[in-house]
Amino acid sequence: MDPSRKRKLRLVIFLAAALLLATALVYTSFSASTEASKPSEVQPGQSYEMTGKVVNDSIERDGDELRFRVRDRDGTESVAVLYSGVVPDPFREGREVIVEGELKKGTFVAERDSLVTKCPSKFTKEKEGQSS
Amino acid sequence: MAGVGSACLTIGLFAALYAAGASVYGALNRRREWVSSGRRAIYCLAALCLVAFAILEAAFLRTDLSFALVAEGSSTDTPTFYKVTALWATQDGSLLLWATLLSLFSSAVLFLTRRTLRDIAPWATAVLGVVAAFFLLLMVGWENPFGTLAVAPQEGAGLNPLLRHPAMMIHPPMLYTGYVGFSIPFAFAVGALITRRTGADWIRATRRFALVAWTFLGTGIMLGALWSYTELGWGGYWAWDPVENASLMPWLVGTAFIHSIMVQEKRGLLKVWNVSLICATFVLALLGTFLVRSGILESIHAFGASTIGVQFLLFIATVIAASAALILWRLPDLRSEAKLDSLVSREAFFLLNNLVLVGLCLVILWGTFFPLISEALTGTEESVGPPWFNRLTTPLALALVLLTGIGPVLAWRKVTPSALRRILLVPVAATLAALAGLLAFTNAADSPASLAMFCFVAFVLTVVAQEFWRGASARRTMTGEAWPRALARLLGRNRRRYGGYLVHAGIAVLFLGVAASSAFLEQRDVRLSPGDSFEIDGYQVTYREATARLGGDSSGTGAPIAFGAVLDVRKDGKHFTLRPSRNFYSSADPSLGTISRFFEGEATSEVDVRWGLRKDLWLAVRPDISALEKPIAEADAKFADTPGDVQALIIAALAERYRNDPPPAAFRAIASPLVAWIWIGGAIAVLGALVAMWPTPEARLRRVRAIYSARLGKELSRA
Amino acid sequence: MEYALALLVLAALVAVAVSLPLRRGGEEERRDATRIEELSAAKEAKYREIRDAELDHRMGKLSEADWRAVDRDLRGEAIEILRELDRLEGRSPQERA
Repeated sequence: MDPSRKRKLRLVIFLAAALLLATALVYTSFSASTEASKPSEVQPGQSYEMTGKVVNDSIERDGDELRFRVRDRDGTESVAVLYSGVVPDPFREGREVIVEGELKKGTFVAERDSLVTKCPSKFTKEKEGQSS
Repeated sequence: MAGVGSACLTIGLFAALYAAGASVYGALNRRREWVSSGRRAIYCLAALCLVAFAILEAAFLRTDLSFALVAEGSSTDTPTFYKVTALWATQDGSLLLWATLLSLFSSAVLFLTRRTLRDIAPWATAVLGVVAAFFLLLMVGWENPFGTLAVAPQEGAGLNPLLRHPAMMIHPPMLYTGYVGFSIPFAFAVGALITRRTGADWIRATRRFALVAWTFLGTGIMLGALWSYTELGWGGYWAWDPVENASLMPWLVGTAFIHSIMVQEKRGLLKVWNVSLICATFVLALLGTFLVRSGILESIHAFGASTIGVQFLLFIATVIAASAALILWRLPDLRSEAKLDSLVSREAFFLLNNLVLVGLCLVILWGTFFPLISEALTGTEESVGPPWFNRLTTPLALALVLLTGIGPVLAWRKVTPSALRRILLVPVAATLAALAGLLAFTNAADSPASLAMFCFVAFVLTVVAQEFWRGASARRTMTGEAWPRALARLLGRNRRRYGGYLVHAGIAVLFLGVAASSAFLEQRDVRLSPGDSFEIDGYQVTYREATARLGGDSSGTGAPIAFGAVLDVRKDGKHFTLRPSRNFYSSADPSLGTISRFFEGEATSEVDVRWGLRKDLWLAVRPDISALEKPIAEADAKFADTPGDVQALIIAALAERYRNDPPPAAFRAIASPLVAWIWIGGAIAVLGALVAMWPTPEARLRRVRAIYSARLGKELSRA
Repeated sequence: MEYALALLVLAALVAVAVSLPLRRGGEEERRDATRIEELSAAKEAKYREIRDAELDHRMGKLSEADWRAVDRDLRGEAIEILRELDRLEGRSPQERA
């Protein structure tokens, strides 16, 4: 095979591989992704991954069970959550959380161990519950 | 002193801009004195940054609470080590660290190249000056570390307890050294493009900086993983968190860069690829710095909305546009000097490894930014999690490890096919033997990906061992030395090559640990009262008693209260104890009661790990203090205004109560095999990198001779 | 006013430092010196390549025939560099005279 054909062949292989990778990326990511819903969006009868802020003064612990309310990040609508399982270290009122589960009789019953809490900002000007 | 610090930054900004202007003027008009002046401005910048840094560090050490930054990030009860490192835990302080490192590295490279690269260096100076100016502008304009408070508070907010871990405090300087280190080759690449000196000179001058940057960045990433493993309560070391990914991406592309520049050095190929790659590395380094502080992607370590996100984005966009334009403009000067002779050559496989590395980076980039991409394309913000990342990166990681084994076997330009067969004989045999052994004696087949990884690791380690053995043998036939001496001389005279082989071995070992620990770990979450026990992976774990400590917590983080547990662990006649605990830090929130304030601040898990070469037993406890809620509330009401020492007595009483009658606590236990080899592999890789970057005696001699000949030339021209 | 004072002092210091080369006056642009530097670096790199190829041969990666071919190419390239180096170093003393 003469050099220029070799080079063209390599280019074709490279482009094909790139195309394959891109297809894999797009296909797998859109099918595997989970849509995080706001508390105001959850409806009964379907499982969701809900994300929002923990409402102040709403946390109650009862043995293994944890009850709290979650509200929209930029709103006031909130949903009561019943959760059991591991509670992450940063969990506290006012923090953003993600929890999976289903709305049953007005309470969002969460899947065990599905609670994820986001660490508070390290580089932000506003501080939660601290005077400066 | 804050005023002096602030002035240093302001003058520094002008010095950086002057450096850029003077260097460009000197380059365009061929006036060396202006170039010299510009270089000196960078030296001045470094001095100014160091002074500013020292002033700020001194303020932290004496906990000068009139400095807003000290009040924000430190406190009188923060242990001294963390006082020092708290400087870069803040936004402003970390920008100062970036600027200081950048100016120091720039000064170093410009000093070392002051007599060479006369065409390229001025432009590199200009680029470095502009980048430094950006960071200084951010500080002077928006995030000044030297802001003062009119009324100094009584106590500072203290360093975030989650960060009170040695690994986490060394992590930022390591990462920044990596990012800054890659700016140097970037600056010289830009200079090379502008001056059309696109040969290997800019690479030779900056190769070591790239290697140093790579090493520091890699170490920083590993320290972050170590921190995650030992400090966070989930027991994992990598979560594909955007912040983690942000540091991994430049490292991957940087790895590709260190390999592909070798191809250009030796064969004059891949010129366009190399300049594009270093531009991408630098952009990703900036992106990494930006992601961590912008909140643009909500993540578990999200650092919330900040005031400098837009500026960073604009700067990154400018760098991308300018780099692309520059490369396209100089495309004719970037033609390859030779052709790829054979596909069975090091060049070809380096190109292949580059493709895999860049592919990995693209996958991670896509996944990290997917929330933004999906929002743009479909209107709803979706995200992908670790399962998706693992699924896509595993095949690429397997390919990468395989390539790290094939590369050392090949030679430049070509390898004789019959020779290749002969050389691959032993490694392939070893791989098959490993495969057989694993299938026969272990349950490795349960995870095909891990099985494949184990086999590839066996391949790489055999290849590297064989290379060392054959190289030493070759030396011995020539010189008749003894084995140890032959090995030492081999390493000494071929540092780049054999240092590189060591790095490959280290990386293979690291992947061994990753594959084993991720596929074969066993995890249990239980609730226990004292006396209860559970079983995990053959270990019998018994909760012996509860502990409660006041002041002086075992990890030296300055936590006032630590509740924990003592657990006895037995297996096969071995017996040891684990002491996990939970540190409670007090909150400064005035709305909380005086006593409950001690329990309502941050709380961190102090994990206890039994390290082992074969497996780790990791244990975390989450004491249930809800049983103490009533006594705490009573204490809040009764003792609202008592002085500190009475408060301490009350806390001691509460602690005693917990110790004597603890409610069931939640425990998480994880037994993961071969985790320790991740850190060991990383250490081997760093060692290999050090060997590879160590200057050889000939190089030093040449530099000395060069200085003398240059001096001779200067003196003669003056005479 | 600590800030303003520091500003003036530091500005003065920096100005003095960066203007030193300008006050010393322009020096002759010695292009050749740069080129010689770079060629020396290239020469060292080429020598390393020749040694590497020899090591590869001794380790059995390259057959005798293949190695001879590669060695010939590399030595040829090295000679080119040496020739250019000699040319530049040979010319410079004459220019100075």
